[in-house]
Amino acid sequence: MQILVNGDSVEVASGLSLLALLERIGKPSAHVAVEYNGDILERDGFAAVTLRENDRLEIVHFVGGG
Amino acid sequence: MAEASTIEVRVNEQLTQLPRRTTLHAIRNQFKPHADLTILNGFPVAADAAVANGDEVILIRRGEIPSPDELEALLVARHSPGVHERLKRSTVGIAGCGGLGSNVAISLARSGVGKLILVDFDLVEPSNLNRQQYFVDQIGLPKVEALAANLGRINPYVDLVLYPLRLTKSAVSQVFDHCAVVVECFDDPAGKAELAFAMRRELPAIPLVAVSGIAGYGPASTITSKRVLGNHFLVGDSVSAAMPGRGLMAPRVSLAAGHQANLVLRLLLGAISEHEGQ
Repeated sequence: MQILVNGDSVEVASGLSLLALLERIGKPSAHVAVEYNGDILERDGFAAVTLRENDRLEIVHFVGGG
Repeated sequence: MAEASTIEVRVNEQLTQLPRRTTLHAIRNQFKPHADLTILNGFPVAADAAVANGDEVILIRRGEIPSPDELEALLVARHSPGVHERLKRSTVGIAGCGGLGSNVAISLARSGVGKLILVDFDLVEPSNLNRQQYFVDQIGLPKVEALAANLGRINPYVDLVLYPLRLTKSAVSQVFDHCAVVVECFDDPAGKAELAFAMRRELPAIPLVAVSGIAGYGPASTITSKRVLGNHFLVGDSVSAAMPGRGLMAPRVSLAAGHQANLVLRLLLGAISEHEGQ
């Protein structure tokens, strides 16, 4: 199925959780802020989100340094 | 209606009625005949020139220590006109006073932002001095105190609120409640992500200007800024993490802090529309 990640169409397996997607694309869950269909998500909730066709994700990944 | 016979001009920040068709040199001769620098609307002008209604004129004698009531006007004499009043009314939150935060705070104080909320739990250490705006004689001081002292030497008219504490998610809404913009200047990526989350959840109307990817000495031009998460902005190259073998260097850290401070000014001055990239 297709979902939108940061504006780009991405093909993912149906039934994939948000946490599994983050692992797959190599983004540590503690280092991202995620909006799921326009709502900001608490990190503890990433595992409970099962992605569905046409979901919109915005993933901001932070690397260290300041 | 007859044309008014006078015009209103700000001379060293004092609103003054002057005869129509007055000139810069006439104003200098009247208000400060020994001035050797004349600034018209934010730009130094040597030649005599006509002055119009609403103009701002600053007269400076080099080397002279101005009176306290003149100083604030002179500090902002090179700003674009109309900018000072808006910045002076603004409050900006700075989360973390390390390499990014100390540089952002200095730029904003120099720009005349009225109030800064400074948050940092840490003390100044020798290893900070490679990129952070502190001095050897400040080692061991809380960063917020050292930064407040340095800002006071640059622009004593900035109102400072100091929080020498580690910012938790639950404190974000209290600490930054009245800010027009908040600047994320943490080092730790988990802290960055938590602040972005807390700002979207607790203070969704306030823009956050955050950073990701500034370590090393890669090309300066790869540090950019983009809009994310609605009203947040992200500065950096997105990939250059600080890690063993890639340290944090003063130039790229201050480049990123410059992007952040410039974005803050653009937000405060209404130069960024709601859906614009930046």
